[in-house]
Amino acid sequence: MPLPSYALGVMEASVYAPEVLARGLPSALPPAQPSEGRAEPTGLAAQAAPLLSLQGIGLSFGGVVALADIDLSVHPGEIRAIIGPNGAGKSSLINVISGVYRPDRGHVLLDGVGYAQVPTQRLAHLGVARTFQNLALFKGLSVLDNVASGLAYKVRSNFAGQVLGIGRSRGEQRDTLSRADQILQFLDLSPVRDRLVGTLPYGLQKRVELARALVAQPRLLLLDEPMAGMTASEKGEMAGFVRAARDRFATTVVLIEHDVGVVMGLSDRIAVLDYGRKIADATPDEVRNDQRVIDAYLGVASDNEDGAGI
Amino acid sequence: MTAISGHFSSAPVLPKWIAPVLLIAFAYGVVPLIGSSYLFEAILLPFLALSLAGVGLNILTGYAGQVSLGSAAFMAAGAFAAYNFNLRVEGLPLIGSIVLAGFVAAAIGIVFGLPSLRLKGFYLAVSTLAAQFFVQWALTKFSWFSNDSASGVIDAPRLSIAGFALDGAVGRYLFALTIVAIVTFLAYRLVSSQTGRNFIAIRDNETAARIIGIPVLKTKLLAFAISSFIIGVAGVIWAFAYLRTVEPDGFDLDRSFQILFIIIIGGLASIRGAFFGAALIVVFPLALSRLGGLLLGDVFDSGVLDMSQRIVLGALIILFLILEPDGLVALWDRIRRRLLFAWQST
Repeated sequence: MPLPSYALGVMEASVYAPEVLARGLPSALPPAQPSEGRAEPTGLAAQAAPLLSLQGIGLSFGGVVALADIDLSVHPGEIRAIIGPNGAGKSSLINVISGVYRPDRGHVLLDGVGYAQVPTQRLAHLGVARTFQNLALFKGLSVLDNVASGLAYKVRSNFAGQVLGIGRSRGEQRDTLSRADQILQFLDLSPVRDRLVGTLPYGLQKRVELARALVAQPRLLLLDEPMAGMTASEKGEMAGFVRAARDRFATTVVLIEHDVGVVMGLSDRIAVLDYGRKIADATPDEVRNDQRVIDAYLGVASDNEDGAGI
Repeated sequence: MTAISGHFSSAPVLPKWIAPVLLIAFAYGVVPLIGSSYLFEAILLPFLALSLAGVGLNILTGYAGQVSLGSAAFMAAGAFAAYNFNLRVEGLPLIGSIVLAGFVAAAIGIVFGLPSLRLKGFYLAVSTLAAQFFVQWALTKFSWFSNDSASGVIDAPRLSIAGFALDGAVGRYLFALTIVAIVTFLAYRLVSSQTGRNFIAIRDNETAARIIGIPVLKTKLLAFAISSFIIGVAGVIWAFAYLRTVEPDGFDLDRSFQILFIIIIGGLASIRGAFFGAALIVVFPLALSRLGGLLLGDVFDSGVLDMSQRIVLGALIILFLILEPDGLVALWDRIRRRLLFAWQST
């Protein structure tokens, strides 16, 4: 089985044999050693190594191809939008990156370490956080507790220590709450700090979910339609928060969004999916003028537009 | 749009710990002086035991969202384990037997909690029936558990804490009250800790909980362990302080349902709810029997009582599920708010 030609600037082309990758890699992998089995660096590889790269990702559900041979590399500090018409495979792609789906082909490299399926349980430890297309908040918890739960992965104290208030649990609790409060302040959520999250309006719930993802200060933030169902002004606000989050925490952002207008102003680069294939991957200006993108969004005029002969 | 400053004028609220502290003081200082033996034997002791079992089940079902129909099995495991520790381990203080019994129940809870790693909701509930039937069967089948007594009956040892003999109804009431108060306090601390938040997170959205790095499998098993521990201790109180003589049949599926009803009626995911629910479950049959006797006289015999109990209880559960899914606790809070509001506006 020949190695597929992972084109663009992949420094750490897999040190694992393809069959190892296909079987699924152990969750805790050492960083790839650059010494052996390394692909020839291309010209582009001289640039900073990508934080996230997808290589030949293929995914199908039954006979339906959701993703076909997707390559993508996202560099540190970038805001990368993924757009495309409904059913283009955008959410599937986020689910592959966060390990919710296991791709049929290809693998995901996080910080140079390859995974056939990203280990969901360790996602937070890998510095990856995400939000969901449909809100996935914990309705029975307050806003503060929802955000604090974003730090649960770090907790080292056990339940007995927490119940008795001994050992490291006190310090941890204090630290967790103060960090959660900082994020609430940053995202202008402090006024609703103690409200049950289910009682908030939709737009604010979306923002709480962003806060929960941000509180861990992830290196990679995946946002699945963070502005869906928002009004124009809410969208503007949210876009501002995403940009501020990137600037403040140096977080790399991958986001899916329907509203092309918002995306154009927010992203550094845009990847366009259509029917599970990547049809463009460029700066907003280039994407705006790409004929294939325009066709995908507006449809191509059929040859028999007037319906003559019907 | 962020102007949600909320017009919930917070009345000068008393600190949260005031009410429980007053209640505890009343339970220790006043109740033993004024209570009759009937009050202790027929109302307060079963109330305390069932409340604690409710607290235990609420941690598993109300907070962590894992439905269980095996509560009575864990009560039985606790009761018989404490009996055997007390009987067979020389010099072990009673309180040591009780703690060890809790651990035995927790271990059994973990084993029967394993299906929760793959099953959810209704299917999990059915799989916990295995615990119910297995434990009851084992306790009946192997007479070692009941020290070879006929039909598996065990008699409670004399109760004492730190050398103080607690005989009589009042003594057993104080024994039960002390254990329930301590365990409930710890349970309250637990549900407001990070672990408690993890329970709720898994209940509300398991996928999101896994993604943000909550150890889902470990946390679920922990919920089973802690819940079973508490229910096991409740079983000890049930056997040692309340009934004094129990057999495995006393911990049948009906008892499991009873505890489930307690937390549904009282309020899921609420420590107070277990106490509200248990109070209703204990007092309601007594009240019904008095009322029935008063209105219908001799026609209202024990058969009719039993039947009418089931009917009214069933109706109550349906009503609560439809009208007040958050249980008596929510009802109570609403009434209290109204009263407070009325009091303020005068």
